[in-house]
Amino acid sequence: MEKRVRVLVAKPGLDGHDRGAKVVARALRDAGFEVIYTGLRQTPEQIAEAALQEDVNVIALSLLSGAHNHLFPRIVELIREKGMTDVLIIGGGVIPDADIPVLKAAGISEVFTPGTSTTTIIDYIKENVK
Amino acid sequence: MNIADELLKGSRLALSRAITAVENEYDDAVSIMQTLYSHTGNAHIIGITGPPGAGKSTLTDKLAKEYRRQGKTVGIIAIDPTSPFSGGAILGDRIRMNELTLDQGVFIRSMGTRGSLGGLSRKTSEAIKILDAFGFDVVLVETVGVGQSEVDIVKTADTTLVVLVPGLGDDIQAIKAGILEIGDVFAINKADHEGVDRLHTELEMMLDLNQDKIEWRPPIQRVIANRGEGINELAEAIEKQIVHSKESGQFVNRRTNRTKSELLAMLDEQVGRYVRKQLSDYGKFDELVISVEKREKNPYAVVGDIMTTILR
Repeated sequence: MEKRVRVLVAKPGLDGHDRGAKVVARALRDAGFEVIYTGLRQTPEQIAEAALQEDVNVIALSLLSGAHNHLFPRIVELIREKGMTDVLIIGGGVIPDADIPVLKAAGISEVFTPGTSTTTIIDYIKENVK
Repeated sequence: MNIADELLKGSRLALSRAITAVENEYDDAVSIMQTLYSHTGNAHIIGITGPPGAGKSTLTDKLAKEYRRQGKTVGIIAIDPTSPFSGGAILGDRIRMNELTLDQGVFIRSMGTRGSLGGLSRKTSEAIKILDAFGFDVVLVETVGVGQSEVDIVKTADTTLVVLVPGLGDDIQAIKAGILEIGDVFAINKADHEGVDRLHTELEMMLDLNQDKIEWRPPIQRVIANRGEGINELAEAIEKQIVHSKESGQFVNRRTNRTKSELLAMLDEQVGRYVRKQLSDYGKFDELVISVEKREKNPYAVVGDIMTTILR
């Protein structure tokens, strides 16, 4: 049995829109990944703990509420605290260009904004997953 | 320090990594299981099965909370189907269990079936042993949504809970011979929906027919899982089954049978691997395939020859 890439698709924060997350989840499944979807309104603590229990290789965060500058770095911090140093963390949603360098500096490997094709995300994961 | 030692010291990350190692058949998987094996056998394993949409995940969530209320720790394995086309899977059972995520007395792991057809994933029994060795009092195994024949859970669990819902109509006739035969306890979920009385009656009638064959009549408990109604009673019914199973010797019998079939399955795998290795050294296999295909030789004779040559 070859290694199967496991991805946690998570929605931190309080917005109730998960169409985008579901489209990405479905595309990742079709690319052969095992996708764990945990539903809406997850706290950073819940996301980090779910990532640990599921031993995922990738965490894909989707957020449309504007709270990314607060929530994304917090999640990275919690994940690293748990000793998961090799997990790839990416983000997507309505995120202003100006915020992207800040998020990257905080440990988000890549940020995908509206209009990104799912193929771009899949290719990015395949090239960067450890 | 290796993963197994860290796990035994209580590391949840090591627990998680151990399941991955076994599921992906990493090189250290066998040594991890060897270290852990003597620490297994203490958890009570409860299988939760039923058709898709019956509410297995919600019921698993509620049962886990009930066991937590009793002071027991709970490991959960939630299985969803792997796509036979892409090999990918969407594992969504955790959505119903989010309130348990931060409870350090609970550990939830989602698994894809990865080609296994019996309602479990390929490495479910190993994952159960890993959670058992970590020290969970109860391990809940939620199968994929099943139809008639996905009954592997009965070989894996100490107690099998079958979850049904009203509204499947005459479908109960169709599944009579399948999963209905494996229930130690039945839950009728969504008991506020229309058709619950009919389902309950049909189930009782079916159990009446089995009455002379079994010493334990599976109880039927109505629940409304999303509202938490009937969960206490269901946990009590399960507890009674466990006590009966232990007193009657069924519990030990099941575990002995399980150990036996696990040993045989491991032997089959090892022997199969050995034979294929020898076969590729033997070198003539491709020629034999062609001569069988051309009907110059018959497969039974060829296999007989190979066996006497390889397993001399």
